[in-house]
Amino acid sequence: MAGDGTVQLIDEKGKRVDGRDLDELRPLSIKIGVLKNADGSAEIRMGKNIIVAAVYGPRELHPKHRALPDRALIQCFYRMATFSVNDRKSPAPSRREKEISMILADSLSSVVLTEKYPRTAIDVYMQVLQADGGTRCASLIAASVALADAGVPMRGIVSSVAAGLINDKVALDLYDLEDQKGSGDMPLAYAPTLDEISLLQLDGIFTIDQFEESLDLAVKGAKEIFEIQKNALKQKYTDIRADVKEVPKAEAKEVPKAEAKEVPKAEAKEEPKA
Amino acid sequence: MSVIKVKNHEIVIPGDLLAEGNFKYGEGVIRKGNVYYSTLVGLFQDKGEFIQVKSLKGKYVPRPGDLVIGKIVEVGLTNWIVDVGAPYSAVLLANNATDKRFDPVKDDTRKIFDIGDIVLTKIASFDRTRDPSLLTNERGLGKLRGGRVIEIEAAHIPRVIGKKGTMINMVKRLTRTQIITGQNGRIWIHGKKPEDEIKAIESITKIELEAHTQGLTDRIREMLSNGQTENEK
Repeated sequence: MAGDGTVQLIDEKGKRVDGRDLDELRPLSIKIGVLKNADGSAEIRMGKNIIVAAVYGPRELHPKHRALPDRALIQCFYRMATFSVNDRKSPAPSRREKEISMILADSLSSVVLTEKYPRTAIDVYMQVLQADGGTRCASLIAASVALADAGVPMRGIVSSVAAGLINDKVALDLYDLEDQKGSGDMPLAYAPTLDEISLLQLDGIFTIDQFEESLDLAVKGAKEIFEIQKNALKQKYTDIRADVKEVPKAEAKEVPKAEAKEVPKAEAKEEPKA
Repeated sequence: MSVIKVKNHEIVIPGDLLAEGNFKYGEGVIRKGNVYYSTLVGLFQDKGEFIQVKSLKGKYVPRPGDLVIGKIVEVGLTNWIVDVGAPYSAVLLANNATDKRFDPVKDDTRKIFDIGDIVLTKIASFDRTRDPSLLTNERGLGKLRGGRVIEIEAAHIPRVIGKKGTMINMVKRLTRTQIITGQNGRIWIHGKKPEDEIKAIESITKIELEAHTQGLTDRIREMLSNGQTENEK
């Protein structure tokens, strides 16, 4: 974005500086439930990026006057650790961090069913431990699986990835060097199951064709990332299932309804709303 | 045409397409036109005409009639504020606390419940526009003395209780403890010996961890009766 496009970032074979093809993502892994205290959590490693996301809530909102009467307020806190970049980052929240927190909150609000928990707050903390470009996208990936892990009802999972311009070519998932020496950057958040875009930013100068190519590429990348998010969410439970496989369907075909039988004079729970 | 797209007991995530056509649906499902999607990470349940997603995790949402274990966090002149583990703090009015009429001039709320007390209460009403209100003036409700309270996912409480209470009764019998389960995920355990309580806690933690698997009652029975023989030897 800041670059003038004169640095050569693509070699003769069409490979990028870190050896990737133009439409290739960085290696990506997601771990669910890394923090015990949080209601939901996730750790993402995307290339050299390492980000931990923690979700608390829905919980009571303080100060109370900020509460929304008809839905929950999603509060995002995107922060970079002082040691996450080469030059020490001042620990005070910068303008950039506040802005990213806001846009991530807006993006997540579009998929979370906030009307289920009026007057409450859902707090999403994202801590960047190591930054290597594209942290807002990586934070969003982690935040949306952490929300799902916390049991917050959502219409779908948000995936996110950036596309950008390097040497006038469209490339997927820019890393730090390409971000700085390339000539354009376009982060996108996309919910594959809903086919909805919940965040689109653009920095630099794109032609209409380049924009459309970037958009298609980023959507394709987001769909790939979604598969990894999906597997990570299911993995946690299939692992436990595999551990205890030896007793096949002996009993308990279905999870029984709640019955508070052992307490005197307590009646059984009613059927959930039809 | 009604088609279910997911197998029964399969783990689904938010946004997963569950079914198309005409169904009744419960928690964890949203409908868009004729199509049903999951909104939670959980187990898909297909009961013929009725579909739902049973959550594996999530905050407790109060429902009128629920028995919950709460902690007194604030004492007022005629009421208490109770933490029931929900996103909203609950209110217990003095008139709903005891069988006797409460007279704010003569009676002292602190003498009934004080800060830090653990109480077994029932949700009297809750509709999301107001904070939930509680009552303790029914039989069996009130202050819990002794024992210890553990907290698990509220979504796993039905599993801990089991079908018609089979699971919890077995744990009670084999560990010789008194156990009260609150719908909000808090469980009160009281045994004669601390070891009994610890054993009960261990088995409940195991139930919670493996809540979404089958054949759990047998495994817990095995675990508890093995432990017993070791102790007796």
